[in-house]
Amino acid sequence: MARDVAIIGIGMSSWGELWELSLRDVFVKAALAAIEDAGVDRIDAMYIGNMSAGLFNGQEHLAALMADYLGTDAIPATRVESACASGGLAVKLGFMEVALGMSDIVLVGGVEKMTDVGTNDATYALSTAADQEYEVYQGITFPGLYAIMARAHMDTYGTTREQLAQVAVKNHDHGSLNPIGQYPFKITLESVLNSVMVADPLRILDCSPITDGAAALVLCPLELAKKISKKPAVKIIGVGHATDSIALHSRNDITSLPATAKAADMAFKMADVNIKKIDLVELHDCFTIAEICVIEELGIVEKGKGGTAATSGLTRLGGKIPVNTSGGLKSKGHPVGATGVAQVVEIVTQLRGDAGPRQVEKARIGLTQNMGGSGGSTLVHIMEVI
Amino acid sequence: MSVSKYWREMPQRYRLEAGKCKSCGKIYFPVRLVCKECGSRKFEKISLSREGVLVSHTVIHIAPAQFTDQVPYVVGVVELKEGVRLLAQIADCDEKQLKKGMPIRIEFRKISEEGNAGIINYGYKGVPA
Repeated sequence: MARDVAIIGIGMSSWGELWELSLRDVFVKAALAAIEDAGVDRIDAMYIGNMSAGLFNGQEHLAALMADYLGTDAIPATRVESACASGGLAVKLGFMEVALGMSDIVLVGGVEKMTDVGTNDATYALSTAADQEYEVYQGITFPGLYAIMARAHMDTYGTTREQLAQVAVKNHDHGSLNPIGQYPFKITLESVLNSVMVADPLRILDCSPITDGAAALVLCPLELAKKISKKPAVKIIGVGHATDSIALHSRNDITSLPATAKAADMAFKMADVNIKKIDLVELHDCFTIAEICVIEELGIVEKGKGGTAATSGLTRLGGKIPVNTSGGLKSKGHPVGATGVAQVVEIVTQLRGDAGPRQVEKARIGLTQNMGGSGGSTLVHIMEVI
Repeated sequence: MSVSKYWREMPQRYRLEAGKCKSCGKIYFPVRLVCKECGSRKFEKISLSREGVLVSHTVIHIAPAQFTDQVPYVVGVVELKEGVRLLAQIADCDEKQLKKGMPIRIEFRKISEEGNAGIINYGYKGVPA
C-alpha cells in the first residue's frame, strides 16, 4: 500500500535578476537550504521542475547536471516539464516516488534562470507553452491570451479594470512582508492603472515578472518524518493533476479553466476535504485575471464573482481565505519551473507557523494551484500539518 | 521556418482546411487524427466558411520580435459559422468599434516576415464584415 508522505525540508534563495549566479548555482543554493532545513545527510532520488533551460540557457540534461553539482552519489534524477506547472509536476512525482516506496528521502526542486537571454528571447521561450502553429504564429503573446480571457470575463460578468488591479495591489501588500521576493514592496491602484499597456486590457503591473530563482523541498515517509524531523510534520493529503487544450480558442468557455476545477476536485477527494476546510491558498497569478478565474474554479467564490474578492478582503491576509500570502507570482516573481515548488514552500512555512508578519492565524490546511500555459495543465496539492 | 513545416501547414493556413468526424459530425480546425468526442478516426476534409463572429480580443502593444513593426495590433478569438473557433489578427478595424458578437470575415493575408531575407509568412486574418 501507498505510504503517507511528509515534507520535512524547504529551501529558497532570494529571487530576482541574479546576474552573478548561474543556472546550476541558483538550483544548488535552494537545494542545500532544503537539505539543511530537513537535517538529512543523504538524498535518495531527485525530481526537478524546469520549463525551458534549453531556450533560456542553452542547457538540457538538467537532472544529471544538478545531481552532479549538488554533490550527490549518482542518484536517480529526473527533470520534468509542464510549462509553468513544471514545479508542481515535480512535487507530484516526488510524492509518488516516496508513496510507492521507490525511495525514502527525495529532493523536489524547481528552477528557472530567465535573465541569461534578453526580453525578446525570454518572451519567445515562454510562448512555446502556447500552441505554436495556431496561436503564436498569429502574433499572440501570453499577456495577450490572458487579456482575451480578461475581456471575456469583463464582458460576461461585469468584472472591472479596477478589480483586476486590486489583485496586484493585494499581492504586493502581501509581498511587502516577504523579503526574499523579487519586488517586495507595495504598489498603488493608480500605479497599476497607469502602468504601460502590454496587451489591452492588461498593463505591465497586471503581469508577473521575468525572474531567476529556485525552490526545493525534502520529502520522506510520514513515519520516518516523525523519527528524524524536529519540525512539525506537514503531510501531503491531496494531489490533483489535469490537462486541457493548450490553445485558448479550443476551449468552450474562455473564462473557465476546466483543468484547474478537475485537478482541485481530484485533490479534494483524495484529501477528503472541501474548500471550506482550506485555511490558505497559493495560486498561479501569472496575470491578475488568472487569480480571479482560479478562485472561481477552486470554489472560493461563485463563477463570475471573482472580481470582488480582493477588494472585499476575502482573499487578503486577515480575510476568510488568504490567497498568495507570499506575494504570489506577481510580487515574489515567477521563475516558471520553480513556481510550483515555491508555492509549497510558502504553505509549509505557514503551516509550521514560521511566516512572521504574514502568518495566517491557526493555519492547519493549505492548498497550492500551479498552472501551465493559458490553463493547459494544472497541479493542485493539499497539505496538512500533523 | 523550415520549408517542410511551412508547406505542411499551407492547407490550414491558406484554405482553412478542417476535419469533420464521419461518426459524430464534430469539426476540428486543424485536422486531427482522433475525435475527442467519440473516438472515431475517420474524418472528411472540409473547408471552413469565412464568416464568423468575434468572441473576445486584445490589442497587443508589446509584441514578439517578428511582430514588433506591427504594434499596436488586434488579436481575437473568432467563432465561425460551423461553431469552430480560431485565433487570428483582426485587421483594418477601429479598435474602439470592436464588440463581442460582431460579424467578422476571414481573409487571406500576410502574417509576418522572417528577417530581411527570410520567407514571408501568409495565413488568415479577420476583418470586420
